[in-house]
Amino acid sequence: MSAVELSYMPGCTLKTKAKNFETTTLKLLELLDVHARELTDWYCCGTTYSLASDNVINHLGPIRTLVKAKEAGREDLLVLCSMCYNTLRRAQELVQHDEEKRSKINEFMYEEETDFTGDEVRILHLLTLLKETVGFDRLKEKLVRDPGGLKVAGYYGCMLLRPREIAIDPVAEHPSILEDLFAACGVDSVYFPFKTECCGSYQTVNEKQVVLSRTKAITESAVKNGADLIVTSCPLCHYNLDAYQPRVAEATPGFRTIPVMYISQVLALLAGLDDVQDYNLHVVDPRPVLRARGLMGKGEPAAGGKA
Amino acid sequence: MMKIQLSRQALLSELREQVKDLSEQNLLACYQCGKCSAGCPSIEAMDVMPSQIIRWVQLGQIEEALKSKTIWLCAACQTCKVRCPRGVDLARIMEALRQLVLRENVDYVHPNNISEEDLEELPQIALIANFRKFTP
Repeated sequence: MSAVELSYMPGCTLKTKAKNFETTTLKLLELLDVHARELTDWYCCGTTYSLASDNVINHLGPIRTLVKAKEAGREDLLVLCSMCYNTLRRAQELVQHDEEKRSKINEFMYEEETDFTGDEVRILHLLTLLKETVGFDRLKEKLVRDPGGLKVAGYYGCMLLRPREIAIDPVAEHPSILEDLFAACGVDSVYFPFKTECCGSYQTVNEKQVVLSRTKAITESAVKNGADLIVTSCPLCHYNLDAYQPRVAEATPGFRTIPVMYISQVLALLAGLDDVQDYNLHVVDPRPVLRARGLMGKGEPAAGGKA
Repeated sequence: MMKIQLSRQALLSELREQVKDLSEQNLLACYQCGKCSAGCPSIEAMDVMPSQIIRWVQLGQIEEALKSKTIWLCAACQTCKVRCPRGVDLARIMEALRQLVLRENVDYVHPNNISEEDLEELPQIALIANFRKFTP
């Protein structure tokens, strides 16, 4: 594979609460000779796709970002956040398949130099990029650390899979792209029946009971099946599953916490990229588990993991 | 048990028509199998099951549906939509019902009622999504 250059849209949360997702991904991609160029202009994706037929205005943000991506002249647009992926892909589908709404949306694009017709840019989630552009085999070549028997529970959540038209895996009810990725890296994935269940999402603001109950069910399933970590690509899932565990523990005798990490954090560790990790952004500290599996501290590979 | 009075008037009501237009769904497609309720992640907090909401809407009982807590507990996770054997997108019907309330200039969630701690801790995507769904 020769060097790849693609546009990149981080979204809001990757610049703050999920900074560790961004830094570990960009460092990992550099190692893989993939150059992600952040768009000079990108807009709020709206985070949740508006479902009412006449709420066309809410699709302008993602479409404007897609216009910017088109104008940047690169074929692919990389997104990491699952919520960005969902809104951008669905807005793209809308523009592609609904002529009336497409022309209405384009009427608002008076500051943009070109229209968007839906097929000028390919929106790639990190997982699809790793699978199709980089290839799991090539990724594996860059890894320098023995996973030490690490067991992960790959958590997809909702936004990468639903609705089906935008799913990153052809089998949306029982996806395997995460498991395939980790298998290629020598990491075991545990049986995890909650992998596509909703974490409660934005109910976290005003219906905490819903999220507490979801977090309990999802994390207990991962622990029961022997996982060391839950791995995800959604900053909202990450927050709900991570930050609620102390509250679940308070109410549940015998509850065992489990750290939640981004896909790229785990891959970066396996690639020996230790200095880009920021464990302060975690509530349940992953370090004890990582140390126990020999993924930190002693036995560290020499600096940087540059192959 | 709650009594519902069925009428031709309710079936032809303006509100029912609005739900149909805003959701772009064939309301009569649902045959009440209950798959949506079975898979709903928020069901334990709901006062009425999602399948009951669409039944009410079918029968023109929109006011009843608007009074339920259920429409505000939907997280738009789309599990019901992808599993519905009749191709109904119930999440769109929930959104249409919420919009009927919100468009009366009602804030279901108000930023002033969110604690300082939450504003500090919550990721932006949580707040933005919440306001998108629960404010006009």
